[in-house]
Amino acid sequence: MASIDVENVGKVYTGGVRAVTDIKLNIADGEFIVLVGPSGCGKSTLLRMIAGLETISEGEVKIGSRTVNNVEPADRDIAMVFQNYALYPHMTVYNNLAYGLKNRGTPKSEIDARVAEAARMLEITQYLERKPRALSGGQRQRVAMGRAIVRKPAAFLFDEPLSNLDAKLRVSMRGEIKRLQRRLGTTSIYVTHDQLEAMTLADRLVVLNGGQIEQIGAPLEVYHAPASTFVASFIGSPAMNLVRGEMHGDRLAIGPAMIGLNGFAPTSGAVTVGVRAEDLRIARADEEALPFRLEYAEELGSQRLVHGAIGDQQITAAVSPETELAPEMRIAVDAKRLHFFAADTGKRLPGSVPAQAKLAPAEPVV
Amino acid sequence: MVENRPFLNFLTHLVLIVGVALVVFPVYLAFIASTRGPSDFLTGVVPLTPGNEFWANYNYLLGSGESTAGAPPFLLMLANSLAMAFMISIGKIAISIVSAFAIVYFRFPFRVLAFWVIFMTLMLPVEVRILPTYKVVADLGMLNSYPGLVIPVIASATATFLFRQFFLTVPEEMMEAARVDGAGPLKFFRDILLPLSSTNIAALFIIMFIYGWNQYLWPMLITTEPHYYTVVMGIKRLASVLDGDTQWNLVMAGVILAGLPPVLVIIFMQRLFVKGLVETEK
Repeated sequence: MASIDVENVGKVYTGGVRAVTDIKLNIADGEFIVLVGPSGCGKSTLLRMIAGLETISEGEVKIGSRTVNNVEPADRDIAMVFQNYALYPHMTVYNNLAYGLKNRGTPKSEIDARVAEAARMLEITQYLERKPRALSGGQRQRVAMGRAIVRKPAAFLFDEPLSNLDAKLRVSMRGEIKRLQRRLGTTSIYVTHDQLEAMTLADRLVVLNGGQIEQIGAPLEVYHAPASTFVASFIGSPAMNLVRGEMHGDRLAIGPAMIGLNGFAPTSGAVTVGVRAEDLRIARADEEALPFRLEYAEELGSQRLVHGAIGDQQITAAVSPETELAPEMRIAVDAKRLHFFAADTGKRLPGSVPAQAKLAPAEPVV
Repeated sequence: MVENRPFLNFLTHLVLIVGVALVVFPVYLAFIASTRGPSDFLTGVVPLTPGNEFWANYNYLLGSGESTAGAPPFLLMLANSLAMAFMISIGKIAISIVSAFAIVYFRFPFRVLAFWVIFMTLMLPVEVRILPTYKVVADLGMLNSYPGLVIPVIASATATFLFRQFFLTVPEEMMEAARVDGAGPLKFFRDILLPLSSTNIAALFIIMFIYGWNQYLWPMLITTEPHYYTVVMGIKRLASVLDGDTQWNLVMAGVILAGLPPVLVIIFMQRLFVKGLVETEK
């Protein structure tokens, strides 16, 4: 168990390509941190720098109170779970689990005990004598996690561990990882490009883009108050609608339509307006609304996603499946559910942190 | 392709039988010839049935050898060939697997250059560099010795290349997992790479053994003492008698004897060999 401190870390590859810039991140003992971002955002590089598989070009990484910049991965007291499992194909499951312990000179009896314990925890006891080849994807993933667990490290590092599994297995393994981490209380850093995984697993999310941190926060905080248009469009499914708008006093113009904001206007002039699909609803006859031209609808069972346009800007709304659809509809949104971002930088405008982030009951995150 | 037509069945079998016969017949002839007396070929017609000189021919050849032709007993030459083939194949595998390991897993200056230099030598047959090599070996005083027979051909670009290609297919994460598990480079090599390469090693061993066994030009150049003759050279000596008739029955017996060990190696290692060429570890 240990905290991990990432102090102003940067990575420049030979040839001058910069992958990661000035990352500052303090991870508490026992915390589950998820690094999330599109491919190429530097999240894996950051994880691999913490693991010691990449050299750290700038800054400092501390595990516990020890600076580990020049420490071999084996001596950093971390364990890593890889995307393709990286099991040793010629060794039995037992030997796969025991290999790291053997290399450390752990006594045989202790190896036996620890492997048995990890195997029981992961329900792979009956496969201990098999080779990885004879296991299914989910079982291999368990073995890979077992290899991390037996070491009893200060931190688990997960590098997209679930992306090779099918959708159903991914969901159940996700739950298992979470349960295991709770039970062991081991500090964990988890890299994924899947925002759903990120939302469900994380104590705190770190959204990365272009090698820099866009936002750090609890999943709901990030969901309800995205710090930039990038975070807004990346976290949440369907992605947050982002449209160009213009503030006229207390009124907001989107394309041809204009709605009143009841005093929620944070700025004036051009802005980017963000609104979650589920915050849009069919307007009552007597309220101000946006004219919506329906293009097509997607049925999800519990809700219906209607895709269309306001003026020339694409918008998706999530409505109840009973909603009647028409080619031209009027949709409305509560002014306090709107997110405002600077039109030029894409940063969230101060003062527009919506009250609902704190007030509204946590929305069930699907 | 699963059609059940008697005529097609017959045709395919016919083709197969003809093919096998084409391959086997010369070997059969050689064996027949080795069981006959020296005068049986003088008529110009090659007999097709075994004679009764089998024991006499082979005994003579293995025990005393054809001294008039300057060939020592075959038993000695077989031993020489065996020693040379073993040393060459084991040496080649050891050297090439280590160099491939260095090229693939270590970052050092001129790594790529080193690889390409090794790779280029693939295109140079032994014969091209045989004179300078001879000069070097002679200056080192290695003529007429086992090291002289083995060392000049012990490095193998082909094997290095094959091992490199195989190592490249081993996922990099495997190496990283081993690093996190506390295995240094040598431990990784011993515990992970060597076991994973076992089928490749088996296949290469057979190929290299046969290569070593069939060495002809090089042993002929550097051995002048019959004590170091190899069996392939011995056959040549048998066949080119200076005055008098070539004793074809003995030549053929020599051919059969020289052909046996590679055949045995293949038969006994066939399973591994085929596995190594076809199957890759998942």
